[in-house]
Amino acid sequence: MSHHLPVLLVVIPLVAAPFAALVNRPRVSWAIALGSAWWAFLAAFALLRQVMADGPIHYALGDWAAPYGIEYVVDPANAWVLLIVGMIAAVVTPYALLSIEREVPDARIPLFYAAFILCMTGLLGIAITGDVFNVFVFLEISSLSAYALIALGRDRRALTASYQYLIMGSVGATFIVIGIGLLYVMTGTLNMADLAQILPELEPNRTIPVAFTFLTVGITLKLALFPLHLWLPNAYTYAPSVVTAFIASTATKVAVYLLLRFFFTIFGASFSFGEMQLDKVLMPLALVAILTMSIVAIYQDNVKRLLAYSSVAQIGYMVLGISLASALGLTAGILHLFNHALMKGALFMAMGCVMYRVGSVRIERMNGLARAMPWTMAAFVAGGLSIIGVPLTVGFISKWYLIQAALEQGLWPVAVVVLVGSLLAVVYVWKVVEVAYFRDLDADADIQEAPLSMLIATWALVLANFWFGIDASATTGVARRAAEVLLGVGS
Amino acid sequence: MIGLGLFNYWVVIFLMMVGFYTLIARGNLVKKIIGLNIFQTSVFILYITMGKIAGGTAPIFVQGEQEVVYSNPIPHVLILTAIVVGVATSALGLSLVVRINEAFGTIEEDEIEDTAL
Repeated sequence: MSHHLPVLLVVIPLVAAPFAALVNRPRVSWAIALGSAWWAFLAAFALLRQVMADGPIHYALGDWAAPYGIEYVVDPANAWVLLIVGMIAAVVTPYALLSIEREVPDARIPLFYAAFILCMTGLLGIAITGDVFNVFVFLEISSLSAYALIALGRDRRALTASYQYLIMGSVGATFIVIGIGLLYVMTGTLNMADLAQILPELEPNRTIPVAFTFLTVGITLKLALFPLHLWLPNAYTYAPSVVTAFIASTATKVAVYLLLRFFFTIFGASFSFGEMQLDKVLMPLALVAILTMSIVAIYQDNVKRLLAYSSVAQIGYMVLGISLASALGLTAGILHLFNHALMKGALFMAMGCVMYRVGSVRIERMNGLARAMPWTMAAFVAGGLSIIGVPLTVGFISKWYLIQAALEQGLWPVAVVVLVGSLLAVVYVWKVVEVAYFRDLDADADIQEAPLSMLIATWALVLANFWFGIDASATTGVARRAAEVLLGVGS
Repeated sequence: MIGLGLFNYWVVIFLMMVGFYTLIARGNLVKKIIGLNIFQTSVFILYITMGKIAGGTAPIFVQGEQEVVYSNPIPHVLILTAIVVGVATSALGLSLVVRINEAFGTIEEDEIEDTAL
């Protein structure tokens, strides 16, 4: 049983999804989704522990040996990502029960949960597989279900947001397929480990750099790196709250993981950053993302949209860590994957609570809301502190490592940009805090605190923000190991 | 003539550009989906061309026949998967267009932007 854990992690949710659609009873579908999410969480946790103790796990699907068969490979880097996806799904699903009943018509709820499970399955599959074409298949499973989830938003603009995401996402995925095809034509293999072995032995040629470029553009489109982020703000703003919380904390993280896997494991750091000089492209884009998107966030009146722009800026931090291409920079980037999932998850879930009671997340509807919904707004403030990077929160840990990594290479202007980004975050978080805490509640407003199940889930993430902010030894330990594996030092 | 041996690849590039241009330049949501389809089709042809060897046949072993050249079946099989994905994407995209038409009363991008305000 435990030998088959890598494949069961993906197969059980995949099989559960059609059942969630077929039973056609909202609460039963929800229970199936809850089971799948917790299964993914626990299995991912078990895998991470196993990998940290015994080294990488190789699982040949159907016992067809790699490189001919499809292989699942678990090492610290992707066990970490699996855990992020499983954890966020496990927290979001209990929260979804009431929030979805409010935001999605009854008849569509079973289909919603089916798509939700499929989306999670796809993300888990991208992370766990050791086969590049399999990556594309899972990428499309997660993307197609994500488009459907976003289109379920109440606002009619959810439809156009979903359409826009579909067009851009499909172009990104097709670029990835072109890249994979060009790699295959040069190497004759699709297995990641095999590719990593064959690629450095090839004569210098033009096909591999072209493949590299297609993959870079395709993946950065998926992870919404500035200036390819245009699909993201609308998609996050108009999707149902649960979907925003889930996708914002997982989908872009998995895309960042994909970037790491292709650049470091498959092409190798010396090719990506030496020959192709990727850092000279990624770093300026990341810095521009941090500055401009934080500024744009300040001017938003819709808090979900504000947080969406903040997400694009935060993706800038992750990519910045990667572009430093050092052990410390990678550790910072990988650490921020987890930390940003915690803080953005908490913030979007707090906004979901507001949506549940107020019916809108526009800032002018939040006057004095802290009096009516003290726990919800306190969660928002806590998540906001984490985004800013106040000590004792996870945001501080990420930024601390990032600044250290920048200074290690003498790049003090980069460190300054990171700090300026934090100051801009103070402004956009304060904008909400001011309205919610320092204005009077509208006299005719009859608003209560959010339901307990939603609050508990939100606060679980908020507390995790502080827990891993105070004692970061576990998270930094895994992140450092993952960085070592990606750079090829250590096992 | 240079590159004539690479005829299929020229077709791939031509289709890719036609599809990509349609996707970007057209304001009609259905036309965008058609552009996306052409774009994806070019990639299908790219994969199929890679696997084909001149004079190659299907990789089925026949007793007694020696010296047979086989085409590589893997890219062909891969692209079957990609075709399925393409169909699913088009179906989802077109159903979104239907919903957009119901909600906004138009499928022209600029008109949607006007009504959304």
